[in-house]
Amino acid sequence: MNREDFPMLNQDIIYLDNGATTLKPKMMIDAISDYYSNYGANAHRGDYDISFKVDQAYENTREKVRKFINAKEKEEIIFTSGDTESLNLLVRGFFENIIEPEDEILITQSEHASNVLPWFRLAKKYGCSVNYIPLDDNHYVTMENVKKSITPQTKVIALAEITNVIGDIRPIKEICEFAHKNNIFVVVDAAQSIAHKKTDVQDLDVDFLTFSAHKMCGPTGVGVLYGKRQLMESVEPLNMGGGMNESFDSIQEVILKELPTRLEAGTPNIAGVIGFGASIDYLSKIGMENIQTYEVKLRKYLIDKLLMVPHIDLINIESDSGIVAFNVEGIFSQDVAYYLNKYNICVRAGNHCAKILKKETGVTNTIRVSLYFYNTEEEIDALVELLKDKEKILKEML
Amino acid sequence: MDEFLRREIIMDHYQNPRHKKECTDNTYQKANTNNASCIDNLDIYMKTNDNIIEDICFNGEACAISTSSCSIMISNLIGKTIEEAKEYIENFENMVNENKYNEEILKEALAYNEIYKQNNRKNCALLPYVGMKKLISELEKKETKI
Repeated sequence: MNREDFPMLNQDIIYLDNGATTLKPKMMIDAISDYYSNYGANAHRGDYDISFKVDQAYENTREKVRKFINAKEKEEIIFTSGDTESLNLLVRGFFENIIEPEDEILITQSEHASNVLPWFRLAKKYGCSVNYIPLDDNHYVTMENVKKSITPQTKVIALAEITNVIGDIRPIKEICEFAHKNNIFVVVDAAQSIAHKKTDVQDLDVDFLTFSAHKMCGPTGVGVLYGKRQLMESVEPLNMGGGMNESFDSIQEVILKELPTRLEAGTPNIAGVIGFGASIDYLSKIGMENIQTYEVKLRKYLIDKLLMVPHIDLINIESDSGIVAFNVEGIFSQDVAYYLNKYNICVRAGNHCAKILKKETGVTNTIRVSLYFYNTEEEIDALVELLKDKEKILKEML
Repeated sequence: MDEFLRREIIMDHYQNPRHKKECTDNTYQKANTNNASCIDNLDIYMKTNDNIIEDICFNGEACAISTSSCSIMISNLIGKTIEEAKEYIENFENMVNENKYNEEILKEALAYNEIYKQNNRKNCALLPYVGMKKLISELEKKETKI
């Protein structure tokens, strides 16, 4: 649906790599162009009309994000450069200050690098440990395994709501409920879920949530760190500089501003944030429930077709998101991706930055198709038609 | 080289790679070579004796182009001196990068003489050569130390 809104789709391509990034609607691109063309001043600075307009547009996006994820206050929303920076800011600016050597961090083996490596560094620096909640036979996180994994030392559980290879939706609400009873923080990496299902941080009761704008029809270079107000108050800025200080003098006395500006030093990515606001408007207009329903239906259509092809090994038959990982028997995933590229089909091959997942699935590399609402059954027909003929793949993959 | 022959050579070395095996012999030097932008990941092992390459083998996971290129490279380099190997590598790189090269010494590796047309696969063909160069430069470092 809504294909006409996406200039990239005017080309003859079938874009099935939405887990990596989504395409951009024209209204989002126009919003950025409008800022640069018509009111391209700095934010939080000038006393003139166009600068005031910039402030408004920038802060409007914060309010849009608040509403989109149903946060209580807009001060709980911090703009970053992306999900990766959000997680790093959180680990270094918050958890570094409270972690003890005997503490334990719980993650899973299907997390993306950005929700693994910051914790590894924390563990190395402070002597705490990173442990894994075991996945079940479908590579899912179950409540039972979460409960079994928690120890008196568990300080924080950090999980993706939807993983980028398996595509399973984790029971975040139940996890939060149980974790909070045991005084454990819950960090949710929403990079793969934010654009594909409704997110309500108050209903889930997550402590922190992170995501990127570019995976939700927004621009690259913008992300969000959400945290409950009380917790966000103790997040220390990693960047010191302009915009975030109230005052400072030559004897090095520095007074910082309040949230959220305190955590957004320097000139922010104004154009990006404004574009992000437009992309939130766009998604809200279509409706997150509609997007999810469409995606689940389309995924089922793809799975049913792939199951008919004997030489396709599906990694995740069951899954509630638009992510499908598979291999063509006996052919390296990258070669299949090159072959599909010859027909202008964009899919991803590889380990998808989830390098420890192979321990769980026993499969190092896969082809990943990740769907979005602008994909169609006709596109899936074209994909499956090309995958059906193994001889053709072998013949044309070079 | 015509397209049919080129394809035959590459597919043959991909589906039946020569010298591909696990190597636990510690008289071999080892180098890993992987491609930052994709998932090819190969370990290459080399045994030398008095400046002569006695044996090379490899293991790992990689695409058709990388795997076949490694198999062919190794087949062409066993028995060569280090100097000859360096000359061979330079020639291969020149071919892939559209510079002048000596066709004769490349033998089956000429199957990649048009790989430059596919920009995204040039690095696949060159990947084993990155590993081989690592091995040679480590060997030379060791020798200067002695």
